[in-house]
Amino acid sequence: MTIDWIHFTPWLSLGGGILLGLASAAFILFNGRILGISGILAGLLSPRSGDVGWRIAFVLGIAAAPFVSALVLPADLIAASRIEAGYASIAIAGLLVGFGTRYGSGCTSGHGVCGLSRLSPRSLVATLTFMTLGFFMVYVIRHAI
Amino acid sequence: MKHRISEFLVGLLFGLGLILSGMTDPSKVIGFLDIFGLWDPSLALVMGGAIAVGFFAFALAKKRTVNFLGGALHLPTSSQIDKPLVIGAVLFGAGWGLAGFCPGPALVSLASGQIKAAAFVVFMLAGMQLFEMLGRRATSAQ
Repeated sequence: MTIDWIHFTPWLSLGGGILLGLASAAFILFNGRILGISGILAGLLSPRSGDVGWRIAFVLGIAAAPFVSALVLPADLIAASRIEAGYASIAIAGLLVGFGTRYGSGCTSGHGVCGLSRLSPRSLVATLTFMTLGFFMVYVIRHAI
Repeated sequence: MKHRISEFLVGLLFGLGLILSGMTDPSKVIGFLDIFGLWDPSLALVMGGAIAVGFFAFALAKKRTVNFLGGALHLPTSSQIDKPLVIGAVLFGAGWGLAGFCPGPALVSLASGQIKAAAFVVFMLAGMQLFEMLGRRATSAQ
């Protein structure tokens, strides 16, 4: 293992992480809900009456983020988004992420942030599992083939 | 309306956190997952920062029966570590490592007009829908 010092952004990442924590805190304390993106999205695919408005409001907030960040964050702070995967990989990855997050009841936000914050053993197992698979896939793609 | 505005603002704050932290850059995510190559540890700090705040919020939430606005407080009740949890996390982790996108950052990148992110979100929603259909069939077969 060699540390990639050039791309390492400790303060921005810590600051961004604190914002994610504050958002998750506000969501459980003021709205009474776990901030889990995959669960929020899935509820829009099979909508139940009275359970749709808050999901749409939240998703619109996420969608507004790039526009607000362009106004409030200095441009040189924001990492340009580089997508190395081709369309075939994107399609397979999308299906795996969609199906897997529903089957496993959560993703990086619901299990990784909220679940670990509330010391849930279920979320700890899920997080260790998806991180291990992430390490494995990148190892295979970058170093084994 | 008050609730809708607070949910919108929380979504916005979360999206800004994803952008600032570097999570919306798939190559940075893959740099973090590349522990056997040139490793960028940044995203460990994202997780650490988020949990440092979240820990206190959930400790407080566990002691309450209603939220600060007087409404219901939905904390998960399931504690069983079962096969669906692990298999689901395996599939999700494989997809995450393959493209460098998880659901939140993919939505932000879709909103900023990136075609590949849009394609990812379409297939992700298809994967979720596929689970709904298979799940419903499994339940009705019982």
